[in-house]
Amino acid sequence: MSSIAIGQTKQDQKTSMMDKVKDWLRWNTSKLVVAPSFALVLVFVYGFIAWTGYTSFTKSKMLPIYSFEGLYQYIRLWKLPPWHVAIENLVIFGGLFIIVSIVLGCLLAILLDQRIRGEGILRTIYLYPMAISFIVTGTAWKWILNPGLGIENLMHGLGWTSFEFSWLVDPDMAVYTLVIAGVWQASGFVMAMFLAALRGVDQEIIKAAYLDGASISRIYLVIILPTLRPVFLSSFVILSHLAIKSFDLVVALTGGGPGYSSTLPANFMYEMTFRRNQIGLGAASAIMMLATVMAIIVPYLYSELREKKHG
Amino acid sequence: MADVAQLPGSRSPWHMALRFGLYFLLCVFAVYYLLPLFVVLSTAFKDLDEIRSGTLLSLPAELNVDAWSFAWSEACVGVSCEGLQPYFWNSVQMAIPAVLISSFLGALTGYALTKFRFKGANVVFAMILFGCFIPFQVVLLPMAQTLGWLHMANTIPGLVLVHIMAGLPFTTLFFRNYYVNIPDDLVKAATIDGAGFFTIFWKIILPLSPPIIVVTIIWQFTQIWNDFLFGASFTTGGGQPVTVALNNVVNTTTGVKRYNVDMAAALIAAAPTLLVYVLAGRYFVRGLTAGSVKG
Amino acid sequence: MNAILRKLTATTILAGGIVAAAAGAQAEPTAEVLHYWTSGGEAKAVKALKEDFEAHGGKWVDAPVAGGGGDAQAAVLRSRVLSGNPPTAVQIKGPNIQEWAETGALANLDKVANEEGWDKVLPPLLQKIVKYDGHYVAVPVNIHRVDWIWANPKVLAKVGAGVPTSWDEFNETAEKLKAAGITPLAHGGQPWQDATIFETVVLGIGGADFFNKAFVERDVDTLKSDTMKKVFDEMRKIRGYVDPDFPGRDWNLATGMVMRGEAAMQIMGDWAKGEFLAAGKKPGVDFVCAPTPSDHGYILNSDSFAMFNVQGDDQKAGQDLLAKLILGEKFQETFNLYKGSIPARIGVPRDKFDDCAVKSMDDLKVASDNNTLVGSMAHEISTAGAIRGAILDVVTEHFNSDMSSDEAVVRLAEAVELAL
Repeated sequence: MSSIAIGQTKQDQKTSMMDKVKDWLRWNTSKLVVAPSFALVLVFVYGFIAWTGYTSFTKSKMLPIYSFEGLYQYIRLWKLPPWHVAIENLVIFGGLFIIVSIVLGCLLAILLDQRIRGEGILRTIYLYPMAISFIVTGTAWKWILNPGLGIENLMHGLGWTSFEFSWLVDPDMAVYTLVIAGVWQASGFVMAMFLAALRGVDQEIIKAAYLDGASISRIYLVIILPTLRPVFLSSFVILSHLAIKSFDLVVALTGGGPGYSSTLPANFMYEMTFRRNQIGLGAASAIMMLATVMAIIVPYLYSELREKKHG
Repeated sequence: MADVAQLPGSRSPWHMALRFGLYFLLCVFAVYYLLPLFVVLSTAFKDLDEIRSGTLLSLPAELNVDAWSFAWSEACVGVSCEGLQPYFWNSVQMAIPAVLISSFLGALTGYALTKFRFKGANVVFAMILFGCFIPFQVVLLPMAQTLGWLHMANTIPGLVLVHIMAGLPFTTLFFRNYYVNIPDDLVKAATIDGAGFFTIFWKIILPLSPPIIVVTIIWQFTQIWNDFLFGASFTTGGGQPVTVALNNVVNTTTGVKRYNVDMAAALIAAAPTLLVYVLAGRYFVRGLTAGSVKG
Repeated sequence: MNAILRKLTATTILAGGIVAAAAGAQAEPTAEVLHYWTSGGEAKAVKALKEDFEAHGGKWVDAPVAGGGGDAQAAVLRSRVLSGNPPTAVQIKGPNIQEWAETGALANLDKVANEEGWDKVLPPLLQKIVKYDGHYVAVPVNIHRVDWIWANPKVLAKVGAGVPTSWDEFNETAEKLKAAGITPLAHGGQPWQDATIFETVVLGIGGADFFNKAFVERDVDTLKSDTMKKVFDEMRKIRGYVDPDFPGRDWNLATGMVMRGEAAMQIMGDWAKGEFLAAGKKPGVDFVCAPTPSDHGYILNSDSFAMFNVQGDDQKAGQDLLAKLILGEKFQETFNLYKGSIPARIGVPRDKFDDCAVKSMDDLKVASDNNTLVGSMAHEISTAGAIRGAILDVVTEHFNSDMSSDEAVVRLAEAVELAL
């Protein structure tokens, strides 16, 4: 019934006219359906970015004002030592956070993929931190990492008195405590993504390789990991945007301290905009953050959407 | 399944040792992940004397639930002492519509962008996707102004709108990547049968979607329920979501700091998302397997 | 048809009448109050205000934003103002009042001020803070003194010392305590707390004129001077007197350390007294208060409520009522007894206030007469947000690193210039 080819009879031609109308309707319905979402995004993402972008070129303080001042705020921004600290911290935190989360997530996924008894429970345990905000676990983390209350105190209590773990109160190390808590939250999600991908690997290829005498580690390194390339890429993108957005983490764990040694750009921006009445400066830092995001995301989006002919 | 354990020759002693090491490693990591939750839980069941005298990791001598009921219905937020209860319902009223609407819009958009690809569909998708990556602080002030123009400032519908906007890029991404892997032939066949845009969506696409719907709803629910920034910036007083109220409870002390109440309050605020992960976690991984990460 | 029309009209008129009646009667003065008073004595104090307001027929809508001494509040206030829906009254202070007034967001309170004679009962320094362009735009609630030492006398007695009266003596006592294995100074490593200590040292070593030149006039030579270097030298010494776990600690937890005898002293404003009292400690017995060493100096901090431009007669009535109550003698007494501060207005009976508060009142008078009264920098009375922030950045970085005093003063001057 549905296998009608190109119309030859009059009847057929009529049907194809109808089809054309229906077709036209469908394609335009498609556009109409996308339109509201797209409009929402245009206003709330691009409109607001433009607004922030414009504000960054003004001398806005308490409330936004709209007289153009050129690069004034950007020049100031790059002269401020706390901004440099925030950027350095982002590099340290972001780099470690991404690498450790991916390595750990991938490792856990491979381990869990070995027909583990109680896999369901372990998976839930690894995954649950994603469900909880740092507003909730912040106090617990502060206690655990605090030398007077947490791990260090515990080890001393157990008789290991030379044990020292005081990163939280050490200006040079505080940023690494952010990595510990950040990895704790995000690596489970990475694990889930890798696990999902591992479950999709063709079993026959592995069996064949094994029968050819390849060792397990070789199978993973040479055959399985390369097929996971898309997962590495999506993890990288998701984690890097989490790193740049990180805000609660700092507020809950270190408050940016000691001093301002563990501030991240998002916290800097918040402090300038809301606490110091420097909306213009805050906007300039936000635009710098956005530029960083774009440097990572745009090439990714470009390659993603070009690669797949039908995507 | 990359199930190496099932391959021949896996019963040697060397292999048994390897298995043991494997379980050991997995348990060590489990401790790392469980530690903060354990601290929060055990503190919530202790009374204040025990917290003061005991160490961080000691178990409560007996399960003391006073802190829980206190946090739920009596703890003070500023001058009113009604506990977290009213704010908890605020969060429910905010999260449910926001999750449903943003997921539905995402599904529809993802479907339109993959199965009826008009010219420029990829550009539209890329532009929507970019919304995933903007730091939310960037939109705070213009959003406040817009909510004012819409007369939705300081209301729960206002927060719902904010969360729909913030979530839409993610939901679109999830559904779009899932639908890309559904064969176009299914849609083509239905088209030839004369089915319209929405008929195909309801009759063919949605019935194929449960795995990705689960992933999207879990993701969105977690994001929206846990949000602090928007809640703290756009609402005051009685309209606040539970995370903001939690912060207020923790910072409201009268004389002594009641850590057990703080921790119980934290767990109450986290309960819905925790529950969702524990109950639906397996579907989450399954949903990811079903395609959303492959795109 | 006609009947329906008539009915409709009647309903409309009726409804309109009800609305008009409601508006005309000004039945309920309403105030949505945005504040960050959520800890100990503060919460009790704000509850007293709420009850007073309700006793006078008002409707109080509480909007507490906890945390960070107003950090979180600053965000929600900005968003409320931008959305055209500001709260009725907001706890803001110092130059922030001036900056908000400049944007035209604040309401004029001259009517209440005239009726209540604020010009006569408010000290000149406070008038300057709450007036913009000659008009009242805010109501001061209290006067806090920042330059206090809170000490546990039993702990000090262990090394045979009293509360120090000079910075040298402070250092000596601290060394003795340290040798005895006691933490000399309870401190929380948050930028505003570092700055609180810093400004008391500036006042103590430099004096009031130096303080004003540095923080009000922002004079570069003063900021780079040798005296400022001495201040940073003292800060370096003080850094040695705090326990290693100090970073990030809240101020009230530091107060708890003094209460429990884990530390001997804390340098903190008199809101710390509220914590001692809330824990049932007796002034003079369990804890003592003394000004930080300085030449009759007094660092003033004052909380205030700014009234925003709001719609609706009920809210405007609420503002007037709230403003009137806040500066009333009765409320000034109850509130400040809870909060640990002293009344903002003249003429409140002293008999219920404890020795610390009475000393604060006396010293305020002396400082005012000697021109040694200064507004706090750390608590945003004399210095606006941006510059205060810049100073805090340097102070806190110096405190948490091994930066030399020479470098610190250069950084300080640079930061202040950049923030202007």
